[in-house]
Amino acid sequence: MNASFDLHEIDPILDALGRLPGALLPILHAVQAKAGYVPAEAVPMIAERLNLSRAEVHGVISYYHHFRQHPAGKTVVQVCRAEACQAVGAEALAQHAMAEIGCDFHATSADGAVTLEPVYCLGQCACGPAVMINDDLYARVTPARLTSLLNQARSKA
Amino acid sequence: MSITIYVPRDSTAIALGANAVAHAIAAEAAKRQIAIKLVRNGSRGIFWLEPLVEVATTAGRIAYGPVMPEDVASLFDADFLHGGAHALAQGLTEDIPFLKNQERLTFARVGITDPVSLDDYLAHEGFAGLRNALTLTQEQIVQQVTDSGLRGRGGAAFPTGIKWNTVRATQSAQKYIVCNADEGDSGTFSDRMVMEDDPFMLIEGMTIAGLAVGADMGYIYVRSEYPHAIAALNEAVAIARAHHYLGRDVLQSGHAFDIDVRVGAGSYVCGEETALLESLEGRRGIVRAKPPLPAISGLFGQPTVINNVISLASVPIILARGAAFYRDYGMGRSRGTLPIQLAGNIKRGGLVEKAFGVTLRDMLTTFGGGTASGKPIKAVQVGGPLGAYLPESQFDTPLDYEAFLALGGTLGHGGIVVFDESTDMLKMARYAMEFCAIESCGKCTPCRIGSTRGKEALDKVIAGEDREQQIHLVRDLCDIMLNGSLCAMGGMTPFPVLSALNHFPQDFHAKEIK
Repeated sequence: MNASFDLHEIDPILDALGRLPGALLPILHAVQAKAGYVPAEAVPMIAERLNLSRAEVHGVISYYHHFRQHPAGKTVVQVCRAEACQAVGAEALAQHAMAEIGCDFHATSADGAVTLEPVYCLGQCACGPAVMINDDLYARVTPARLTSLLNQARSKA
Repeated sequence: MSITIYVPRDSTAIALGANAVAHAIAAEAAKRQIAIKLVRNGSRGIFWLEPLVEVATTAGRIAYGPVMPEDVASLFDADFLHGGAHALAQGLTEDIPFLKNQERLTFARVGITDPVSLDDYLAHEGFAGLRNALTLTQEQIVQQVTDSGLRGRGGAAFPTGIKWNTVRATQSAQKYIVCNADEGDSGTFSDRMVMEDDPFMLIEGMTIAGLAVGADMGYIYVRSEYPHAIAALNEAVAIARAHHYLGRDVLQSGHAFDIDVRVGAGSYVCGEETALLESLEGRRGIVRAKPPLPAISGLFGQPTVINNVISLASVPIILARGAAFYRDYGMGRSRGTLPIQLAGNIKRGGLVEKAFGVTLRDMLTTFGGGTASGKPIKAVQVGGPLGAYLPESQFDTPLDYEAFLALGGTLGHGGIVVFDESTDMLKMARYAMEFCAIESCGKCTPCRIGSTRGKEALDKVIAGEDREQQIHLVRDLCDIMLNGSLCAMGGMTPFPVLSALNHFPQDFHAKEIK
């Protein structure tokens, strides 16, 4: 999201959150909120402040699906693939999303604009299939609706 | 006097367009120079009518739904501000059968109030439970919870009072209350609704728990997939702190209690209590071996109450109305009410709070109205991704913890996901294994390897390769996972797999090779 992320922005985050009990996840969330991902260069900085090894910090980043090690596209599309959404056509929607965006899940479109990810439940299970585009939630999404939402997102980006 | 109009701020309502509707109503009222008061309330949980707009009239709140922005002008034309007739009119909200036939205890306020209005909360019995608790000893509070019969609503159904008593009796300078708000089960959203639509109730429940066991710090671990819940919780915690419902001296009682909202990072297994504690401590969400129980050595090695959102949210009404009031609902050893979530391919999806004992069929037909597609129901999965797939012949089972255990399933967190006859149960069984492979923490072999091998074997069944032999292998793997896994992730993944195999053999054995 922010290609020109300045590593100096990490220090204030560490100053603000470093003393929390169990500070690592809050720090990683804050870094990702600023940078759009957790840059590799941030790992030793975080490790040093929390008195952890770099391996421990890296292990946490790579364990959780939410944390990114590389920047995502300007538009991140999350399609729910869990049971309740499957019951109302999520698989067809997932196939449509791949065709429309032109990449597989966990990947970014060739132009670098749109990242497609699976999500296992957005809590909209009475009104599936559910999709989240950046911070906006959509319920009862048909393939045609997804196309129009993607077009909107692309024109905004 | 201006007329009050309610447009929900619940995320399902928003996902269906509630923000645009609220905006259109405000704009239309301004255009017509009509003074209105627009309240963003919680959702009533009648999700099939969302966005559900309500108007306060002398007769009560009148509902219109589902409302789209383009309907707004015609609603004003029909004088909906005074309950005028319109194609979308649903009558008095309280009289909508889906709502009227519920027994709402925990969800009594949900959808009625503005979730982050402390005045609204106080006007609807809010903090009555906490005020009562402040007049009781620790033992008396725990006794109330024990006597109410409340069992863990996250799915494990362990008696809440017994857990609290263990923490209370364990000596330590520091104890914690941890709220498990990592509601990852597909088909469930009751935790989300409490957090978005009545967050003060959770704060009150956690504070009572803190008083009961002598803990002065609470953490809410909420999943990152719930941004609206995170925002509502943070807002409510700040308001509660500013009004001394949280802090160093709760309501001048001399007791301290505060809450920090922590955000998960997309790991399903962190809904398992010990993995959640690891995550809160800043590590990978790897399951801990038990013992020691978290009640004795939990967060940062200290005695910790870890309860699901609904368990903690049920506490205020128990303390406000008394244990007997709550215990009088329910059947057998399942006391009180269960917030049931109707999801998937269902005509009338949403939240139904009922006393235990109501049958699955009643839920699916009386409340749910059958499938959304209009096709017959083939199977329902109760209790999340680790719950069994049940065929029509089992729909008369009452919603009761023991009855579901007897079926080889679980009531879990009360989610019911409906599938119509177009569903391929072989694919659903494969998905259960795939999901376990994706989300396994990797600590124990049956779960880590069993799920991957299970998915591969079911892929071969789908391809028609050595079908009978592969099915035999899947059953064998399920046996090992059931009996050899460290936690419910690997230990219960066989429930959906085996139930699909046992109840829908036609999808596995006689299938044409594609």
